[in-house]
Amino acid sequence: MIYLKLFLEFLKIGAFTFGGGYAAIPLIRETVLMNGWMDDAMLSDMIAVSESTPGPVMVNMATYIGSTRGGIIGAVIATLAVVLPSFIFVLLLIKILKKALNYEGFNSALGTLKPCIAGIILATGVFMALNNIIGSVQSPVFDYKTLILTAVLAAVYFGSKKILKNGMSPIILIIISGAAGILIRM
Amino acid sequence: MKILFELFLAFFKTGLFTFGGGYAMLPLIERICVREKHWLTEEEMTDLPAVAESSPGPVAINCATYVGYKQKGIAGAVAATFGMVVPSFIIILVISFFLDRFLENKWVAGAFYGIKIAVGILIIDAAVKLFSKLPKKALTITTGAVSFLLMMAVNIFALRITSIVFMLFAAAAGFIIYLVNRKRKGGNEA
Repeated sequence: MIYLKLFLEFLKIGAFTFGGGYAAIPLIRETVLMNGWMDDAMLSDMIAVSESTPGPVMVNMATYIGSTRGGIIGAVIATLAVVLPSFIFVLLLIKILKKALNYEGFNSALGTLKPCIAGIILATGVFMALNNIIGSVQSPVFDYKTLILTAVLAAVYFGSKKILKNGMSPIILIIISGAAGILIRM
Repeated sequence: MKILFELFLAFFKTGLFTFGGGYAMLPLIERICVREKHWLTEEEMTDLPAVAESSPGPVAINCATYVGYKQKGIAGAVAATFGMVVPSFIIILVISFFLDRFLENKWVAGAFYGIKIAVGILIIDAAVKLFSKLPKKALTITTGAVSFLLMMAVNIFALRITSIVFMLFAAAAGFIIYLVNRKRKGGNEA
């Protein structure tokens, strides 16, 4: 039953993601790989599309996976499921807002949860970058062109933070990378 | 009824015109909700990122639900959240029907080869940003490093362990530390 599966998986993703779209990527990756819905290459394509279209990144990803797995109904179900935990939790939080945000136990739990999430996201990013360069860990094939392109793009993107106040926007990086990809592959 | 439609429209606009997710929306939300519509006070606006960060789910949805509820209760929360979701939903639904065929094009495939690299960099950047906002305490750094190493092991060996387990452990550890500290303090006072 794909609809039920989509609903439960995205309910889980919505409930266990703190800090927005990128924080959802490790969980979404696990989900699509374990269910055989996508491989890493398709996942990257989808993240790129979600990042370069307007709106909340997590909603974009839920709609995309829902649609490719279960058509329009799948898209509605996945989107609803990813939104639901957030909606309910905020309503509860408003009722007890000041108290919850000042409750030390809650903040202490968040204090260790946040670095854990940052570590998980970092591992996912590093692993995906590594996958681009060596294909797969199980049977690595070293692709030096991709290594060089990764190094150059990373230098440009992180270097822009030293020059511009807010650094380069993600969309500009995506456009430059796309152009560089066309040049290399043509 | 009018306020519900206004909430829907305000967040529809926010969802349609901002790229890069919830945090990128905060300036536009501030302009509409604080300066134009006076739905939120300055102080409530400063609470908004804290609410979003302490709640699970998409940051944009957290914001929409919060503002909508403040204005018109549950109905307001539904109207605002719905407004936020609709533009995204329609755009992505249309793209999802064509992306596969689109990717068969040589030029597009070349572009996505480059974009794949950008995605890796953006994810690493998101993690670095998260780390930089955290206090530089031994506990925070250790938790981050251990989580990173465990997750790398899971990825490399393709282990069937969900990252939720790590998150639950981390949150539980934080809560236990709080309980232990409180008990110790209580003991000192007695």
